[in-house]
Amino acid sequence: MNRKPVDAAQWLAWPAILYTLAFFVLPLAVMVCVSFWVRRSSGLEADWTIDNYVKFFSRPYLITALLNSIEVTLITTALSVVLAYPFAYVLAFHVSPKWQKLVLLAAVLPFWTSYVVRSYSWLLVISDNGILNSFLLWTGLIATPIKIAYTRAATVLGFVHFFVLLLTLTLYANLVQISPSYLKAAEDLGASRWSVLWRIILPLSIPGIAVGAFLTFVITIGDYITPQILGGNTEVLLPQAIMLQIVRSANFPMASMMSLLLMLLILAVYGLFHRHLKMDRL
Amino acid sequence: MTFRISAIPVGLLIAAMLCFIYLPVVVLILFSFQSGDLPVPPIDGPSLKWYVKALSNDRLTGSLINSILVGAVSSAAATVMGFLAAYGLFRRRPASADAIRVLLISPIAVSYLIVGLGLMIVFNLAGIGRSLVAVGIGHVVINLPLCFAIIYSQLGDHLRNIDNAARDLGAGDFATMSRIIVPVMLPSVIASFCLSFTLSWDEFIIALLLSRFEVTLPVMIFELMRAGLTPEVNAAGTIIFCISIITAVVAASLTILRPERKP
Repeated sequence: MNRKPVDAAQWLAWPAILYTLAFFVLPLAVMVCVSFWVRRSSGLEADWTIDNYVKFFSRPYLITALLNSIEVTLITTALSVVLAYPFAYVLAFHVSPKWQKLVLLAAVLPFWTSYVVRSYSWLLVISDNGILNSFLLWTGLIATPIKIAYTRAATVLGFVHFFVLLLTLTLYANLVQISPSYLKAAEDLGASRWSVLWRIILPLSIPGIAVGAFLTFVITIGDYITPQILGGNTEVLLPQAIMLQIVRSANFPMASMMSLLLMLLILAVYGLFHRHLKMDRL
Repeated sequence: MTFRISAIPVGLLIAAMLCFIYLPVVVLILFSFQSGDLPVPPIDGPSLKWYVKALSNDRLTGSLINSILVGAVSSAAATVMGFLAAYGLFRRRPASADAIRVLLISPIAVSYLIVGLGLMIVFNLAGIGRSLVAVGIGHVVINLPLCFAIIYSQLGDHLRNIDNAARDLGAGDFATMSRIIVPVMLPSVIASFCLSFTLSWDEFIIALLLSRFEVTLPVMIFELMRAGLTPEVNAAGTIIFCISIITAVVAASLTILRPERKP
């Protein structure tokens, strides 16, 4: 049968392509341009200068915001992996399949609390008169409330809570794929329980850890709401600094420049991880 | 498995993790029934007054409807465009297929804040005001790559035979797509829609940057919180949690938990 050389299928991708070009690629290109503009009282002016770039690196509070962001993100990523890995490991290897499903389901449920509400809920737990301090005061362990709310610890707590949920899932999915025969073989050859974990399971789960850690890094470093609600304004992170430029002074050129910096940071980390990520499988 | 850690440490670890995971959820729900003015101890006795207050807050219920509208329309648009692109690339692989795939998936790698700011600047320069439509446009940007990726990954080689068979039997492009491919792909299409809806429903920063007077639910909750801790937010948060769980259960029963049909 003679098929038409060109069928309509060729055009089907165009709506998506045009949409992505118009509402994703174009805005990014505009942001690159705007980052070389200047905001004056009369409005944005296309001056084509590198003023914003120079300004960013000569303002200590902006550099501090960048460093704060990197620190908080690294702490969050490390803590999340350290907490989620044993949980996922125990689930995958030391719990019967029926219970695995139940516990996983239970662990996933809080995902459906709204993202904004989740941070707010932590505020209720850790505020000066919140449930945690009330409990500690009641037991007599402390005499005055511990200040957790509106500190870096609160921001990290909020982040770690979310990413423990996410990482438990990705790590678990990775761990259950490890063939039991490897573990059996190691054991038959006399490996202790710890050396099976340390020398077989852990190395085999590096790809899962890399994917999870990368996701954690990317989402954390670009997040505004968790540091804003839980950390307050005691310490400003990069996304908060960007929002301040937008909301306080409508300084779009500076905000664009800082957003591009954020993107470069994510790209750099992607470069570091991409050997393990296998994104091209998508 | 022959080697076992004894059951007690395993149980303790799981219990501790679940406590950590559930602590904020439990506190949220518990203090939504507070009859006092603050969502912190002591609990002054159970009361539904904050639910009454939340549900009679017109701005809050209005934002709930806005969220459903923005979520439904933007998810439908993302799913349709994602499906068409996936099927188009599947049906005819142009030389540039890899480039198109990378282009369509690339928004995943960019923070929502940057997507929102970029659109805000472009709309600003073009003289387009901030509105719910703008928010919807932003949500399609973040959901289109996911819909495309999910549906594209499910278009396997077995479908190529079905597709060719339909054409050999005389079905045109449109008939093949609408009567053969769409029904077969329905579970992943529905899954894409539901995932998009959940993400749009929960999205905050794009909605904050691109909306003005009419806002979506997360932005409204954020505004309520600025006044300080109040059980009204607890009540609203609990209601949102219930709605989301119901949506998730419906979505799961339509897709994952659907009884397997014999091929």
